[in-house]
Amino acid sequence: MATFLNALFLQAGYNAALVALGAALLGFAAGAGGSFLFLRKRALVSDAVAHATLPGVGLAFIVMVALGGDGRSLPGLLLGSAITAWLGLLGVEWMVRRTRLSEDAAIGAILSVFFGIGIVLLTIIQSMSQGRQAGLEGFLLGSTAGMLFQDAVLIAGGGAAVVAIIWLLRRPMTMVAFDPGFAAARGMNVRRVDLAMVGLVLAVTVIGLKLVGLILIVALLIIPPVTARFWSERAETVVWAAGVIGAVSGWVGAALSASAPDLPTGPIIVLISAGLFSLSLLFAPARGVLASILARRAFQARVHRRQGLLALSRSEPVHDPLTLRILRREGLMRADGVATDKGGIASTRVARDERRWSIARRLHHDTALIGRYDGLTPIDEVFTRDEIAQFDAGLPAAEGV
Amino acid sequence: MSDLHVVTSPATLDPASPLAVRGLTVSYGEKPALFSLDASFPAGAMSAIVGPNGAGKSTFLKAALGLIPRVSGEVTIFGHDVNRARDRIAYVPQRASVDWDFPTTAIDVVLMGLYGQIGLWRRISGAHRARARACLDRVGMADFADRQIGQLSGGQQQRVFLARALAQDADLFLLDEPFAGVDAATEAAIIEVLKSLKAEGRSVVAVHHDLSTVSAYFDHVLLVNLRRIAEGPIATAFTADTLSETYGGRLGALQIEGLALVGT
Amino acid sequence: MGAEFVQFSLTPILIGIFAAVACALPGNFLILRRQALIGDAISHVVLPGIVVAFLITGVVTTGPMLLGAAGAALVAVVLIEVVRRVGKIEPGAAMGVVFTSMFAGGVLLLEQSDTSSVHLDVEHALMGNLEQLIWLRADGWGSLLDPVALAHLPEELPRMALIAAIIGLLTMIFWRPLKLASFDEGFARAMGLPVNLIGLGLVTAAAAAAVAAFDAVGSIIVIAMFICPPAAARLMTNRLGIQVAWSLLFAVLSAILGYVLAGYGPIWIGAASSVSAAGMVAAVSGAILGLTCLFGPARGRVGVAAGG
Repeated sequence: MATFLNALFLQAGYNAALVALGAALLGFAAGAGGSFLFLRKRALVSDAVAHATLPGVGLAFIVMVALGGDGRSLPGLLLGSAITAWLGLLGVEWMVRRTRLSEDAAIGAILSVFFGIGIVLLTIIQSMSQGRQAGLEGFLLGSTAGMLFQDAVLIAGGGAAVVAIIWLLRRPMTMVAFDPGFAAARGMNVRRVDLAMVGLVLAVTVIGLKLVGLILIVALLIIPPVTARFWSERAETVVWAAGVIGAVSGWVGAALSASAPDLPTGPIIVLISAGLFSLSLLFAPARGVLASILARRAFQARVHRRQGLLALSRSEPVHDPLTLRILRREGLMRADGVATDKGGIASTRVARDERRWSIARRLHHDTALIGRYDGLTPIDEVFTRDEIAQFDAGLPAAEGV
Repeated sequence: MSDLHVVTSPATLDPASPLAVRGLTVSYGEKPALFSLDASFPAGAMSAIVGPNGAGKSTFLKAALGLIPRVSGEVTIFGHDVNRARDRIAYVPQRASVDWDFPTTAIDVVLMGLYGQIGLWRRISGAHRARARACLDRVGMADFADRQIGQLSGGQQQRVFLARALAQDADLFLLDEPFAGVDAATEAAIIEVLKSLKAEGRSVVAVHHDLSTVSAYFDHVLLVNLRRIAEGPIATAFTADTLSETYGGRLGALQIEGLALVGT
Repeated sequence: MGAEFVQFSLTPILIGIFAAVACALPGNFLILRRQALIGDAISHVVLPGIVVAFLITGVVTTGPMLLGAAGAALVAVVLIEVVRRVGKIEPGAAMGVVFTSMFAGGVLLLEQSDTSSVHLDVEHALMGNLEQLIWLRADGWGSLLDPVALAHLPEELPRMALIAAIIGLLTMIFWRPLKLASFDEGFARAMGLPVNLIGLGLVTAAAAAAVAAFDAVGSIIVIAMFICPPAAARLMTNRLGIQVAWSLLFAVLSAILGYVLAGYGPIWIGAASSVSAAGMVAAVSGAILGLTCLFGPARGRVGVAAGG
């Protein structure tokens, strides 16, 4: 516990502190950068990007060794991964544009084929004399073990750069993610903004390869945005909240992993964000499971109460068992099906509301206001007292109240 | 103003009606799409469901068929629960609701209407094919039987959908916007088929959006805007009064007078 | 092609073919229903499933592992539906959340538990061990008629053949409902077809194929075979039946060519050792898809000129 707290507050040594900082920055960049693709409903494009990095890692290693260098140089490997990830992206776009295949099929095809080629390259590398200790498998799941100081600097610096770019491009990217048609009408180059979005995701993927690995970086690009979506209906809030969720996951995960060496960094970071997601799924105020169930039941009760009162106002028998239960429970109806005094007053009011709405629809030509009729909303929430008086004037005298 | 259109629930649903609902409420999330709707369509007639966009017309059909859950309400088909009367219903969904890129041909789509009779395993016989072809012929699409459906025009696709419904040999035809985005020739062909169905004693209920043709095509109308505004024979239910309540400010007074005149 | 081929290549190729066929069959419908990536999701959650099964039973045996994997696949499918419906999250993102979380959990469990004594690791789950599924008891084609030798076939072969046969049979039996529910869900429901059940059945069949296949051939082939052969087949024809036939041909072709290229390709170009067969099968299926993207007679979207 003490070591965890030390690591959490950056007291566990310079390298561990840098890794924690790097993981937090990477988490922020992934969460915020992934949000745009998520809002654009293309979240799994990141899956194709991530898997398409593997052949690049392998090719870069082979090329660097062939040129007489050290195959394990991180910048070189990352450059290679960026190139094939970019090719993978182009492949997805090409298939969607040129053939009848949909984007999900193109994503699946690219990710499996590129990954397969990557595995083939890894087996080739394993047969090379310099390849045995290459440790390229670490890119599958990520590892902080044996991470060099300059690697940590690269991750932290790259993460910071991505965050800065997101800040600069937040407006156009939010607009395109929210409403591409509107953005295009405003003269925005939607294609270019889309490219910027996937470009950011690609950058995050490449930077995160060493730390969390190519399979799990997808999680950091998707889980924080989805989690944030549970808490906000505003696109820009989702972006920054996703960044914070990603950063917290990265920071806490790196600290946990530093304090318990056999806990692998990547899975821990992902599981922490998955934990935050589960909490949000269950307990978020408007979209959470709990809130949805309660709201659904309350709504159903409102509908049945209103329908029951309308029936009472016309002295009709009520058949629906749920309606009967609600009316009796709330003291609006006696056990024998007759309205109580309270029920009588309530049903008269509801019937009057319906009649006023009926007049309003004919007299009032503001469709936005009329459109607020949903069978449940009382008319005095929509129209002023004077307007309602006008509607009442239009009512037959016998029915005016 | 009369109290003519105030909703009154029938005590029991009419067992003779091909489609009757009482107290039907459907919602998407917390927003009702239909509120406490009653309706009872007459047998052997052509009925239209009319109302502005977003008024719940398609929702009504889907909820009546049990395709989407309802918050409250009862539905009967010829006096039975919908699940016991499925073989008496033919449903023509909105054209836009399916993927026309699907690898299949026009005749294959019509044969789908016969799956109920053929069953899971029995071979599709020559008689089945002949029947499917006859249905295509009835909508004027016999020449396109082997075309991939994506290669057909919008109107042709709609006719294939109608042919599939014909193959079901049902007593009640439920059509969702059958004239949306089709050419004039297709509209004429479809209405002719529907009228012949009526002549055979079958019932037709269609979601319809073109006010100018309501009184020419249909006998009975349900005006809906979240709730039932009016229902009945065209002459009594499709009036300036009911239209103005259904559409509010969306239709000009002159327009409404013009339409209602057609109806009287 | 003598005794050596029968011993070292025949069984892996056959297992690869059955695995490819078992995945490609449901893949056809998954692609048409825009659920292509469900195969990707399922093959990721196989790992946590087998790890949990191992932790419970303490042994790496086929039965519990398959059960664990199948259980994990079903859990994933249900969770994806919950996130999608309750959270109103688009299906892709819902899938992404669920399968990456479960995969991370699987990796963590694996690292935390002592599996050094048993053959259980992430790489194995990804790449399988197709090359090791050899038939040492065989001494030539005649062994195919020799009951003693046949008794020593790798157990993966009859298992994979059985799964492929069952999925093939199910596809034939439920052809009409599958086709109808995939094309026009509303109409299918109105006819009274249990559309949700059909969807669940399809995903379950896909899960069964993925679970049975991953042990022998690894997740890569599974994902590739779910998508590449059916996608390529879609670009060859506008008829569902013919599409399925093409997809089977492409799946078989990928399995054979992939294995042969991986095993003998490097030798042909003078390299010493072979490369991953699983990876090569995926690569070949990708090459086939690439060719159909360029030349497939039905590659163009309706209204788009075939030349694009």
